[in-house]
Amino acid sequence: MKPGKLAVLGAGHVGPVIARLAIKAGYPVAIATSGDPEDLALITELMIPGAQPRWSRDAMAEADIVVLALPLHRFGEIEPGLLNGKLVVDAMNYWPATEGVLEDFSRGGSSEIVARRLAGSTLIKAFNHIGYHELEDRARPAGAPDRRAAGVAGDDPAAVAAIAELIDQLGYDPVRLETLRAGRVLEPGGPVFGLVLPLDEFERAVRVGARSLA
Amino acid sequence: MTYTFGLDTFGDRNADADGKPLSHAQTIRNVAEEGVFAEQAGVDFFGIGEHHTEYFPMPAGDVVLAAIAARTERIRLGSAVTVLSSDDPVRVYQRYATLNAISGGRAEVILGRGSSIESFPLFGYDLADYEELFEEKATLFAELVKGGPVTWAGKTRAPLIGQDVVPHTESGPLPVWIGVGGNPQSVIRAARLGFSLALAIIGGPPARFAAYSQLFERALERFGRPPLPVMVHSPGHIAVTDEQAKAEFWPRWRDIITLIAPERGFAIPTEESFDAETGPDGALYVGSPETVAQKIAANLRVLGASRFDLKYGMPGLTHEQLMTNIELYGGQVIPRVRELLS
Repeated sequence: MKPGKLAVLGAGHVGPVIARLAIKAGYPVAIATSGDPEDLALITELMIPGAQPRWSRDAMAEADIVVLALPLHRFGEIEPGLLNGKLVVDAMNYWPATEGVLEDFSRGGSSEIVARRLAGSTLIKAFNHIGYHELEDRARPAGAPDRRAAGVAGDDPAAVAAIAELIDQLGYDPVRLETLRAGRVLEPGGPVFGLVLPLDEFERAVRVGARSLA
Repeated sequence: MTYTFGLDTFGDRNADADGKPLSHAQTIRNVAEEGVFAEQAGVDFFGIGEHHTEYFPMPAGDVVLAAIAARTERIRLGSAVTVLSSDDPVRVYQRYATLNAISGGRAEVILGRGSSIESFPLFGYDLADYEELFEEKATLFAELVKGGPVTWAGKTRAPLIGQDVVPHTESGPLPVWIGVGGNPQSVIRAARLGFSLALAIIGGPPARFAAYSQLFERALERFGRPPLPVMVHSPGHIAVTDEQAKAEFWPRWRDIITLIAPERGFAIPTEESFDAETGPDGALYVGSPETVAQKIAANLRVLGASRFDLKYGMPGLTHEQLMTNIELYGGQVIPRVRELLS
């Protein structure tokens, strides 16, 4: 199957890493910030060779999968209608210690709140719980003995399967969580956040974490 | 290439030989002694990073730098870093221009966030405004260091209209750096403002930052600016042998990272992760003078950098251990790195 087109929104710490991994895995990748793609050209040329810098509107329109890798407090600037019908991956975190308190996100799982705002999209939570350095350094091809696991959570099983496939292609053993709510175990303060665990340890940590959520 | 070598501290709270914490006041007096001794040991720069915690009691490093300036002749002195977003750029400029006067032109400023966030609630700033605060204030700071009347308006402080900001510097603009952790857009900003680049590398393989140096060089070209230096800032500890350096540093590193891990999202260090970070591909410079010198030389080459600042110390180390670290860095590491790079 031909890999779908990816749009990465955000060119800070996380966005370029996801873009590089996706390019390596053979995906066509566009990257966008809130600004002019001209300003991104130097960054893409030197740090994300192969990625197309675009206006965010165009990147979203042309993509099959859109990865949100912007700071959560900037999420409100995205026009939800532009993501209608898209498969959207939320790699953002609500992390008051580093970003400050955001009133809109102070109750409930952040991806559930993002999903309510993007009602016309199918939202999946993934790539939020591994630090951006590790995300690149620890990626391994399928079957590697030191391969690590990464979580993927969502309410739509087909969409979860599609992003699980993406995670596998990018270098991690996907661990599926059946709802966005269950994906709260991937959040800051949760049992796998900031860790890069092998599959068995990841599954165990998530099971223990799920009991404390219930 | 001319290389320069610095030492940076966060005012890491000292302990006595029995592990009992010293007072904040004694720790601050010890930092002043360490700065004076750094000059005697042959170090080129001494930097103090702004922090506001019980274990890094160093909110007013410029006052300590002034004390060091009064007792030294040659060593350059600066912040590492100044948390500009929660400060007033005019006051920061005035404090460092004053330090520049006292020291006879030896002051520098490194602007950034560090990875510290405690100054935001302390001074009434919202972390969610971080980007806007830094962008505006760094832009104003670039105007201030040019000298001459400043006209500026923004959202984060009162406007300035033809304002003459004193004291005037007598030896040209202060050297200004921007500390960058891993965000390529911050590298572009440093180039746009004409500030030098300080790469803060505190975890993982340093070589991955080579692309940031290239990005900086290309961005300077694009903005029509002359080349500017790149600095590497990384933590470490030097003792006579690798074993001794690791034995002294590991428990202190483990304790402090474990303490701050929940709010910073760091993984809790293990002996295995510590061995990786202190090895040739890691970010920590812990070991004998030869081990540390080899690693500094290799990374300066790979990163195209002309300056290395060792962030020495860690809460719980003794003043005596830090003085030994400084003596070995100035007396053995720096000459050896120069030799390796010549």
